[in-house]
Amino acid sequence: MTEFTAPKPVEPTVYDLSSPGRQGAYFPQPDIPLADLPEDLLRQDLPLPELAEIDVVRHFTRLSQLNHGVDTGFYPLGSCTMKFNPKINEVVARLPGFAQIHPLQPIETVQGALGLMYETQEWLKAISGYDAVSLQPAAGAHGELTGVLIIRAYHLARGDHKRVKMLIPDSAHGTNPASSAMSGLEIIEIPSDARGNVDLEALRAHCDDTLAGLMITNPNTLGLFDENLTEVCQLVHQAGGLVYGDGANLNALMGIARPADYGIDVMHFNLHKTFSTPHGGGGPGSGPVGVTAKLAPFLPGPIAAVVEEAAGEEPPLYGLVNPEQSIGRVKAFHGHFGVIVRAFTYMLMLGEEGLRAASEHAVLNANYLQARLRDAYHIPYDRICMHEFVMEGRWEDVPDVHALDISKRLMDFGFHPPTNYFPLIVHEALMIEPTETESKETLDAFVEALLQIAEEAHTQPEVLKTAPHNTPFGRLDEVKAARDLVLCCWLPESASA
Amino acid sequence: MFLPHTDADREAMLRAIGVKRMEDLFKNLPGDHLFPELGLPPGMTEMEARAELQGIAEANETVAEMVSFLGAGAYHHYSPATVDAILSRGEFYTAYTPYQPEISQGTLQAIFEYQSMIASLTGMDVSNASHYDGATAVAEAVNMAYHHFRGKRKKIVLSPALHPHYRETVHTYTRDSDYQIVGEEIAFEAAPSELASIIDMDTALVVVQYPDFFGRVFDFSELASAAHQAGALIAVHVNPLALGLLKPPGEFGADIVTGEGQPLGIPLSYGGPYLGIFATREKYVRKMAGRLVGETVDSRGQRGYVLTLSTREQHIRRERATSNICTNQGLMALAAAVYLSLLGKNGLRQVAELNYHKAHYAATQIAALPGFELAFDAPFFNEFALRCPLPAAEINEQLLDYDILGGYDLGQVSADLSHCLLVAVTEMNSREEIDYFVSALAEVSHD
Ligand SMILES: Cc1ncc(COP(=O)(O)O)c(C=O)c1O
Repeated sequence: MTEFTAPKPVEPTVYDLSSPGRQGAYFPQPDIPLADLPEDLLRQDLPLPELAEIDVVRHFTRLSQLNHGVDTGFYPLGSCTMKFNPKINEVVARLPGFAQIHPLQPIETVQGALGLMYETQEWLKAISGYDAVSLQPAAGAHGELTGVLIIRAYHLARGDHKRVKMLIPDSAHGTNPASSAMSGLEIIEIPSDARGNVDLEALRAHCDDTLAGLMITNPNTLGLFDENLTEVCQLVHQAGGLVYGDGANLNALMGIARPADYGIDVMHFNLHKTFSTPHGGGGPGSGPVGVTAKLAPFLPGPIAAVVEEAAGEEPPLYGLVNPEQSIGRVKAFHGHFGVIVRAFTYMLMLGEEGLRAASEHAVLNANYLQARLRDAYHIPYDRICMHEFVMEGRWEDVPDVHALDISKRLMDFGFHPPTNYFPLIVHEALMIEPTETESKETLDAFVEALLQIAEEAHTQPEVLKTAPHNTPFGRLDEVKAARDLVLCCWLPESASA
Repeated sequence: MFLPHTDADREAMLRAIGVKRMEDLFKNLPGDHLFPELGLPPGMTEMEARAELQGIAEANETVAEMVSFLGAGAYHHYSPATVDAILSRGEFYTAYTPYQPEISQGTLQAIFEYQSMIASLTGMDVSNASHYDGATAVAEAVNMAYHHFRGKRKKIVLSPALHPHYRETVHTYTRDSDYQIVGEEIAFEAAPSELASIIDMDTALVVVQYPDFFGRVFDFSELASAAHQAGALIAVHVNPLALGLLKPPGEFGADIVTGEGQPLGIPLSYGGPYLGIFATREKYVRKMAGRLVGETVDSRGQRGYVLTLSTREQHIRRERATSNICTNQGLMALAAAVYLSLLGKNGLRQVAELNYHKAHYAATQIAALPGFELAFDAPFFNEFALRCPLPAAEINEQLLDYDILGGYDLGQVSADLSHCLLVAVTEMNSREEIDYFVSALAEVSHD
């Protein structure tokens, strides 16, 4: 009989580290007379861990060392634009003039912040071609929900109540159908054609007077610019629908092509992708929404605006306004201001030419990787790509090797794996987005690793199946996690008494 | 800027691709508006950008430069230096969603610890990894309840004392659905029992706030029983700092606890990014939206963590997902986890009490001034509504001359409250500041 042993913790939890009586932060003694506490409303027990400050610092520092980030290595996670996050962004966002202002202060006391928001809106408008921008949405998916609600509101405001269908290509990110569903729309999936574009025939079949709109990602999630984009938008418009653009892939387009010029009516930006704000281990992001003039009245407010024009020496007075037919706010306050400050800093540093250069080099890097990997991996939609491309992580002669195995083996070389199993239309997808901030040396090393892995897949596949080997953790048991469902730890009974 | 490419690199790479010039990479793009002139200024160096941003920042007056009593959903608190030191580690802030657990255990374990501490604090069984903010957490609670009853119960009871931004967000989220939102028409003075009277068999969810938007603290036990008797769920939205002192909603029967986590070490930052807290009972875990981290083991027998129950989420379930949420507030959840680990059970109680006592000192002093009184007589935590002899907007404007941010003008919520000021007092307000505020109020209300 094998004896049961509890799994070995690599790093204990803060609960494991707790010792009654310790404390890591203290506050001054009250400098005012004490009031009576409301006895019947008080809690009896507060079962939080107790640690000294040094324990907390070491614990979280050690945890950080178990992470791979852009700062520690190449992170070609497709669709996520893991570019370098400039350190200056962090410094600037922490300036007291930004970090220590309250969202409900009178506008006269926050003219810098409002001016910065206004300027950010102007920059985003110039880059995308839209007439108006709201900075309120908190992330990409939140921007999608906002955009879909705007589309609904537009149709309803025209007395057009029949429009209940949203068309979504099969290559779309899961947030697209989920966002449309939250707005009560019926979702219809549109297939992609053999070149990875929206299938025009399939689209045409659904273009009738029940069409609310179409959600399109361009470049699409194969990393390809949809060759039919103009026609797609025309078809939807002719049927009275509107086109929503998922702006996750804007990093391919700055200074190269403006989404509004193709007929996309409303689009979100991901400041945490295109505009270098850090991803934070899963947020915070920021998902501003841009719209054409006819949709501007529906944007969520408040929006930064000039409320009194500049006069002579006097600068303009900035304020916050609500568009007249606004769908209403989508969160509290004005958006992720701290993220917006970082994005603005980035745009200011790049300027017109730098933005274009960023997109050009993002496309250059992706095509370089694609060119060098083409012989060893199958690229199902093989043409000049934009900022990313998708290849298959499988070979017919070694059917047991999967994209997941390749991904895990890549970790042994110090690389973060590409996005796996998305888009769904490619078998065993490996979606690779190098971004512009990576050097040729890094890309070459990544190629060498993938070439070696392709060879290993054929000569010693067990190395892949058992990877990773050089990381602090081996493969984790996801089935066990879902079956046993341990979602919290607690203090031992004795300690919390 | 930020490009490592040398001319030689570019040339070699273009050659490997098989094109001559950079433009050739774009020559197959459709449309006739390629390479548009954007009309944007030229770039600048870090040195110049820093000076520019410094100038913009200085055009703002901070809560530290002024004396601030402004709260209403965002609070000026002390965040220990360790919080930002940990948040500033590139390994944390330059990573993304921990899809690859073998190289993301730092983020995963930190979220697991966050989930644990939120569960401990709220008295619930499970917490998710975060929502965008308090407002969207409430909207997701509404969404969850609606789906829990498969759309068969359509009524959502919203307390009139729920933050007006949260109420508005719920209305936005539900504008295209057939929810029926009731309760907001009830008078602000009303006790929770008045909400109980409108709960019926069509009610999916009752949402209350604790302390409420006006700072008041009610025990919702009876309201929770009334909701449960009708088969409905009840969600309690909290200020997590107050839970250092107050009974957790889990004790009085809450099914869902949402919260705005900003008071847990997160800077004001003009309204965001903050932290949406969401916790619930174990039996509802599969209905809950958002990321969840669970404990497991790795192939070497080590304890580790992974994202789990992802079949609820958009990337698997698409239009049938519990929500569209993807990127959430990972780094803000980390801030809360570090904050709570540092303060621990005694520190959190201490800072909560400090807030309580300071607010009560301020309230007592102000209420003694002629013409001022507390607008409500319920117990409160660190914020209270003050009825003033003049319109609150006028008082605030005059207080600015004293460099005081006076509080939130409740006239913006309702014309009936135009003489009411919502005053927040935290550990950041010294006795001297409070006394200065009191004397300024005495002066501005005179003339
Ligand atoms: C193509 C695409 N659309 C939408 C999203 C959702 O954006 P967010 O995670 O910011 O909500 C993503 C995010 O990863 C994406 O890749």
